[in-house]
Amino acid sequence: MFVGAVFFPLLGATIAGFFGRWIGDKASQWVTVLCMALAAICGVASFIEVALGHAPQTVVLLRFLDVGSFGLDWALRYDTLSVVMVAMVTCISTLIHLYSVGYMSHDPTTPRFFAYLSLFTFMMLMLVTADNLVQLFFGWEGVGLASYLLIGYWYEKESACAAAMKAFIVNRVGDLFFMLGLCLTFWVFGSIEFSEIFGAIDQHKDARFAGLPAYEVICILLFLGACGKSAQLGLHTWLPDAMEGPTPVSALIHAATMVTAGVFLVARMSAVFEYAPIALAIVTVVGASTALFAATIGCVQNDIKRIIAYSTCSQLGYMFFAAGVGAYQGAVFHLFTHAFFKALLFLSAGSVIHAMSEEQDIRKMGGIWKKIPVTYAVMWIGSLALAGVPYFAGYYSKDFVLEAAYAAHSGVGMYAFICGLLAAFLTAFYSWRLLILTFHGAPRADHHTMEHVHESPAVMLVPLLLLALGAVFAGAVFAPSFIGHHWEEFWNGAIVNAAHNHIMHHVHEVPGWVPLAPTIVGLSGIALAYVMYVFAPSLPGALAKALPGVHRFLLNKWYFDELYDAIFVRPARALARGFWKIGDVRIIDGVPNGLAASVAGAARQAVALQTGRVASYAFTMIVGLVLLVSLLLFGG
Amino acid sequence: MNTVGFPLLSLLTFLPLAGVAVILAVRGDEQTVASNARWTALWTSLITFMLSLVLWFRFDKNEAEFQFVERLDWLSDFGVTYHMGVDGISVLFVLLATLLTPICILSSWEAVQNRVREYMIAFLILETMMVGMFCALDFVVFYIFFEGVLIPMFLIIGVWGGQRRVYAAFKLFLYTLLGSVLMLLAILLLWCTAGTTDILELFTLTIPPLLQTWIFLAFFASFAVKVPMWPVHTWLPDAHVEAPTAGSVILAGVLLKMGAYGFLRFSLPLLPVASAEFAPWIFALSIVAIVYTSLVALAQEDMKKLIAYSSVAHMGIVTLGIFTFTQQGVSGALFTMLSHGVVSSALFLCVGVLYDRVHSREIARYGGVAKIMPAYALVFMLFTMASVALPGLAGFPGELLVILGAWKVSPWVAFGAALGMILGAAYMLYLYRRVVFGRITRDDLRGLLDLSPREYAVFTPLILLTIWMGIYPQSFLSFFEASVAALVERHHAALGAARLAGL
Repeated sequence: MFVGAVFFPLLGATIAGFFGRWIGDKASQWVTVLCMALAAICGVASFIEVALGHAPQTVVLLRFLDVGSFGLDWALRYDTLSVVMVAMVTCISTLIHLYSVGYMSHDPTTPRFFAYLSLFTFMMLMLVTADNLVQLFFGWEGVGLASYLLIGYWYEKESACAAAMKAFIVNRVGDLFFMLGLCLTFWVFGSIEFSEIFGAIDQHKDARFAGLPAYEVICILLFLGACGKSAQLGLHTWLPDAMEGPTPVSALIHAATMVTAGVFLVARMSAVFEYAPIALAIVTVVGASTALFAATIGCVQNDIKRIIAYSTCSQLGYMFFAAGVGAYQGAVFHLFTHAFFKALLFLSAGSVIHAMSEEQDIRKMGGIWKKIPVTYAVMWIGSLALAGVPYFAGYYSKDFVLEAAYAAHSGVGMYAFICGLLAAFLTAFYSWRLLILTFHGAPRADHHTMEHVHESPAVMLVPLLLLALGAVFAGAVFAPSFIGHHWEEFWNGAIVNAAHNHIMHHVHEVPGWVPLAPTIVGLSGIALAYVMYVFAPSLPGALAKALPGVHRFLLNKWYFDELYDAIFVRPARALARGFWKIGDVRIIDGVPNGLAASVAGAARQAVALQTGRVASYAFTMIVGLVLLVSLLLFGG
Repeated sequence: MNTVGFPLLSLLTFLPLAGVAVILAVRGDEQTVASNARWTALWTSLITFMLSLVLWFRFDKNEAEFQFVERLDWLSDFGVTYHMGVDGISVLFVLLATLLTPICILSSWEAVQNRVREYMIAFLILETMMVGMFCALDFVVFYIFFEGVLIPMFLIIGVWGGQRRVYAAFKLFLYTLLGSVLMLLAILLLWCTAGTTDILELFTLTIPPLLQTWIFLAFFASFAVKVPMWPVHTWLPDAHVEAPTAGSVILAGVLLKMGAYGFLRFSLPLLPVASAEFAPWIFALSIVAIVYTSLVALAQEDMKKLIAYSSVAHMGIVTLGIFTFTQQGVSGALFTMLSHGVVSSALFLCVGVLYDRVHSREIARYGGVAKIMPAYALVFMLFTMASVALPGLAGFPGELLVILGAWKVSPWVAFGAALGMILGAAYMLYLYRRVVFGRITRDDLRGLLDLSPREYAVFTPLILLTIWMGIYPQSFLSFFEASVAALVERHHAALGAARLAGL
């Protein structure tokens, strides 16, 4: 069961990937779906046994390597934290697989797509069940690879290839720091296996590295790694571009896998982070800033998928600052609920795009809600959950996260709280902007497209409805165990709160207005969207004209891409050419080639002496003789 | 005298020469000779490979000392013996050489059509030289094989190479020879001091620090060129570009390992003080190699040149790992050498597949290959990912261990080594994107055929090895664990002794 949950997707990927050409499109689709379903069953069963039955365990598969004191296994570690992720990932991925059967039905190379999709899920499962940092890194890089393949799935599109490369390389920047963090962890703890690290926390508390507490450095390095994968401020640039992939991929990347890896890492390493207050403060600030930053961009984008992508970025910021103030449980809970409604939003966006004949610009939509009622309804549910409207899934987790930020009673906590509230307002605003522009008003698409608007087939709607159920109930059902009064029993030590960290208790003692605030700002955001896009549709245009600088700044995503292009990409290119043309060709090769040329030249000169004319030989001889005699006579 | 009861290593070394004799004896028209030469070479190298598998199964992994030792008096008046043996450090390289030779012969089955007999002979002689070099335990024997490798390689590039083959061949020859002459001087010097050239006996010798420095520099001149280290690397891209595919495979797969092997076999154990003294310089050169050549690779327009530059960068990781003098670093370096031997060979074969069909190495000439050659695209992707050290594939364990070892020396060195991760991903993916992805713009590409059964046969062992090395590296690491531990321990002991003596 434990092994099955992880390896069924790999089996599916292998069958579809290598034998897809022989068994045909249909068979390979359903084989992967079946494997995923089996994995999901195993995943849920493990969840029941491990999380609800409180029986964590580790399954050792194979010795990976053993060099000196550095040794590790391939092993699956099942504790509450990993099993929550396993259950969530397998379930959501199964639904996405199912949805893809409908969505990708017109694609010529479906086996390849399904193989990638299953591979992606497998890598994510390896990541969350890792027993040590190297295996985690295996999954970490593996999802990077799979996302590279999936983003570049339509490899004939130039932009898709560029986006895929960008995703992989930006992720690699983060990975570099992860790798260094891993090294330091080993040299501090003498091991990279989680159980040994967590067991030795007390012994190495005073270890120092380059004048700083070693724990701080480890955590900062690991967090920088997490920033790459989870698209936090600075390393977020790959995420919006990742929309080049097919829509189910976006759903998988954004909801269940990949981007949540960073949050998972912080939660996994909570035992170390607890003793690294500076690192936690950095996590909080970066998370809070990302939450706000991404939300501001989300407000002005026009591509339906990009808006949702920025909202993911923003929600990840929430998860990070929750972890930053010490409420890792809240972070994971938000991750969990977010997975449902974000998968729902992406897949329903896919359904809209499907209906609109591949149109993604919301300015060219509108007036279609009657034609695709189911999609419309589930999109509403997803947005309500995202905006944190009471009793939907997002409400429980987002409220908790914001309360935790407030309850931290620290400067950074307060900063996070304010950023979080502002972002909650903007989130509600852009969600309803999206809803209104997409579904309501007069149709802005051409006549031809409008005629083709149709509801998606059942194979796509069923996953949507199931996810909608999750988006409605996941919060209410799981809140008591994840963050409620039973949290200690539920987590069972999988997440560590140090003795000095009482945030989980303080959260329940915040003033009465704090839990209300997110709901109020959320509702006012929705109201503002109605004002601007329903009652006074001229307002947004006027606003953009009144503040052209701000609008352009947001539309261009704070100019991060341009900045990086100017300070990294172009100099690297120039340097590369310089090193090659000048360094290698002219200097390093120039010297020996020049030497060879001058030797050859000298030889030619020497050849010239041998003219064959007796007179010149005789003359040379006489000169030599004179020299010799004079040396003998006067040299004495 | 050794565990298998017959002189295995000598047999491995000289068996290919028997194949050469057979090929020479063939008579007939050109077609018959060519076909006979191919089959004979293939069978000879396959039998050699089978025989070398004995090493895999019978090698005692817990033993740090030399095994399968053979010793014959040769020039006993001069203290020179014919002495062969392998330890954990060299054993897998013997296997690498015997594995890659049949693959090379198979890969040039159709690509080489003129002077087939001579070509096959060159490869078999090359195998003899390579295997002999990794087995030699006497400096003179080592030197003969070490230099002997150059002759068939020179011919392979110079005769069957591309347009600028003569320039490339001479460059290869002169660069390497220049270093080797200095090494010969150092060997003479050692012989004068110790009266023997037996490596095992030399290991017991304590050389005064000043002398160590000079000998180290002489060795360095030879090995650094072979590695190649920056800034004496420029012969490599030219040699690779001009060499026929199989030549590139052997060059990248085995010949590049000779320099690093030399460092490990001689510089470290013989000259501990000088090695420690020069380590910072080596780190600097290695990091420059990693960053500089990775950037240069990014700008290349020729597929083979790009991969050649990436080899230099990977070798930077290797030299860096060796001079960390930690068990992780040295093991990682060894593992990287092996994995690079497999992966870069495979990458050159991948280029060869396209070259055989289109006869161009220019990147811009391609694009959209994935559409028509999906199996090829998959194979190429696998090796691309192995080259950028994706965990789960061959490149990763070595790089991880080197970075881990380097961190102990200095975090900045580790950072420099890790920079290769980003740059490596950049140039390899850029290559892949331009060649395999994109839309097909040239009509002649549309007619290309996907991999043939022969090409599958060439790639399959390499694919399996790449995955095996990535998932279960311990099965390889266990071979050199004991030897590396002994090496590192002896190095530190010698340093300690030298420090005591200095006081």
